[in-house]
Amino acid sequence: MSVSNLLENWSQVRHAHPVDDKPHDPYKWAMAIDLDACTGCNACSVACFAENNIPVVGKERFQHGQQMHWMRVERYWDEDGREFPDQGFQFLPMMCQHCEAAPCETVCPVAATNHTADGLNSQIYNRCIGSRYCSANCPFKVRYFNWYDYPTDEMVWPAEMTQQMNPDVSVRSKGVMEKCTFCVQRLSAAKVTAKGEGRIVREGEVQTACQQACPTGAISFGNLVNPESRVHKQWEAQQVDLVKDKQEKDESDEKAVLRGYRILEELRAYPSVMYLERVRESAV
Amino acid sequence: MKDIREDIAWAKINQDVMKSLENPRKLYWVILFFALMAFGFGVGCEIYQYQTGMGVENVNNPQVWGLYIATFIFWIGMSHSGTLLSAILHLMHADWRKPIYRFAEAMTTFSLMTAGLFVMVHIGRLWQFYYSLPYPNERGIWPNFQSPLLWDAMAIFTYLSSSVLFLFVGMIPDLAIVRDTMHPGWRKKLYTLLALGWEGTDRQWRNFRVTYLTIACFLIPLAVSVHSIVASDFGMSQQPGWHVTSFPPYFVAGALYSGCAAIITLFIILRYVFKFEEYMTKPILKKIVRLTFAIAMVWTYLNAVEFASVWYSHDQVSKDVLIQKATGTYAPFWWGMIFCGSVVPLVFAFKRFQTNIPVLFAVSLLLNLGMWLERWMIVAPTFAHGYYPWTWDNDQWPSMVAWGLVFASFGWFTLLFMIFCKVFPSVSMYEVKEMVYHRSLHLKKNETAEQGAH
Repeated sequence: MSVSNLLENWSQVRHAHPVDDKPHDPYKWAMAIDLDACTGCNACSVACFAENNIPVVGKERFQHGQQMHWMRVERYWDEDGREFPDQGFQFLPMMCQHCEAAPCETVCPVAATNHTADGLNSQIYNRCIGSRYCSANCPFKVRYFNWYDYPTDEMVWPAEMTQQMNPDVSVRSKGVMEKCTFCVQRLSAAKVTAKGEGRIVREGEVQTACQQACPTGAISFGNLVNPESRVHKQWEAQQVDLVKDKQEKDESDEKAVLRGYRILEELRAYPSVMYLERVRESAV
Repeated sequence: MKDIREDIAWAKINQDVMKSLENPRKLYWVILFFALMAFGFGVGCEIYQYQTGMGVENVNNPQVWGLYIATFIFWIGMSHSGTLLSAILHLMHADWRKPIYRFAEAMTTFSLMTAGLFVMVHIGRLWQFYYSLPYPNERGIWPNFQSPLLWDAMAIFTYLSSSVLFLFVGMIPDLAIVRDTMHPGWRKKLYTLLALGWEGTDRQWRNFRVTYLTIACFLIPLAVSVHSIVASDFGMSQQPGWHVTSFPPYFVAGALYSGCAAIITLFIILRYVFKFEEYMTKPILKKIVRLTFAIAMVWTYLNAVEFASVWYSHDQVSKDVLIQKATGTYAPFWWGMIFCGSVVPLVFAFKRFQTNIPVLFAVSLLLNLGMWLERWMIVAPTFAHGYYPWTWDNDQWPSMVAWGLVFASFGWFTLLFMIFCKVFPSVSMYEVKEMVYHRSLHLKKNETAEQGAH
């Protein structure tokens, strides 16, 4: 505990701007979600619940808005005057956007949420005191708070159900904030394996639970700095640049349909998830 | 209208004030009883919440802040007027503050302590609140110095310790008076300890003056900074409705406003309960009322500034939040805040109400209701209509546990305040004597001048 220790750690965890940041070497985890392929089946959300030991809070608490779905599939109805069977709508799977300049990180009084070197927005459960400032400042509202002590709640996790918990993921007690981690336990395992073999994680070697469960392959996930990765190719093809708050797209090529965008980009949080706009010819 | 008598004997001042330490009116015990009940109820609520989890506040996932944060700002705000009366007006040599600043300063201290409790009540893992303090630990982990909440923790601790010091230092000569007249017992021991061997020598008075002035000067920037930092909790965030540049002065004005209104309420209660009619006179009340009116207008103006800057800013999201406040589900509360905060104080503009005690009592309570609503209307609507459409039209109403804790905080504050007034002299004896002396001197000068003219 010294001032030099403080200053050293400061430069490690604090990022002024992704442009001035140290290069994401060798990893920058990122995602691309094709809304044209998404059918809104919610398989990603279910897979996320199973993978990450997320409590199923029950009907009553859900009605109070105390649900915990790290991955939520939002539904937006068209407002063009048509009534239900004819009314069109869109789905949007939403989870933590792992912003490069995350608004949640700077406001946490105890530095429980930080940026990792491979571009994840991490959450340290043991450090969290539950001030909930991170969620208050999150533009996407993708952070979920443990309002009750779910692991000891017989209604949430009956004794026999504890057998199905994922041993790689810690169970969160009451009073801490949690959110999508990009399945950090899988990333760590893959990195350890790769390190043992003296290489970096290859494209396709690691999948997030939502990506794995998606029946239409709408979600792709990988290392953005690896030029071979699908995510990198998608971001490049859509001319979406991680470090820009306003994309300058060259739309001179008529054949290329540019439909990549990031949500609330203008807030300069630099999210790591790119969405591909849905192409619609019919109403629904 | 009777002001403090210039010919009042110093011994009588001592006697009158010291009577308040022994035999208050019966109402005192009634107030104390209800305060204790309310506080006890809150302790029950907190035990339940601690055991069960924060979910019992009935806040939910996008709306993570509720009544506790709103009431936290309310109590922090309340603390500011004590400093205004005791420090700022001390520097300005306003002598009318002298009989009333002691209880105002006590109000500062106790409302800060109440606000501190709300931080504790709000956080999810109360048992680990000390993580937010920069204490030495074996892991070498520091808190996050970028977070406005950390600035908050530091500002409140500094302000609380300074105002306790200020309250205590200002009380030393009075404690010596009480020590010298008290019958032997626990009280005498307590006052002997606290009076720090005060004898009233020249040298002691000189040192006392310098110390008092120094702390007063130190306290004023602190008071401004504390509420500016609370404003930063909101202003530094990115959320529409919070990300407003004028928030720090707006919060400070609101703080002085609610504090002054609370001073009027407590003035009236103390005056009756402790039979202070002779010292807490109507001309003094009139001066506070006028001060409150001025601050109310400043607050109204800053409110208008905020609305106008949002309205003309082309920031569509902030504008939507403002429209939502005025027309959405929270509209009755929002308009209630405008009514109580900007329309009700107009009563103070009429001379005949400026000393009408029942009217002032009712109005001061309404003003504080308005200021409490203001804080709630800062916190809640932004969560109900932020940037992200998923959160829209998602109202959140506090549970009975949350209301219970808010209610209990008033009990806790009243309890501390009432006990303070019974144990310590809540009217500053030595300063009232000073005031009377200066006034009689002034009177004598006028008399001699008149005689000379003849």
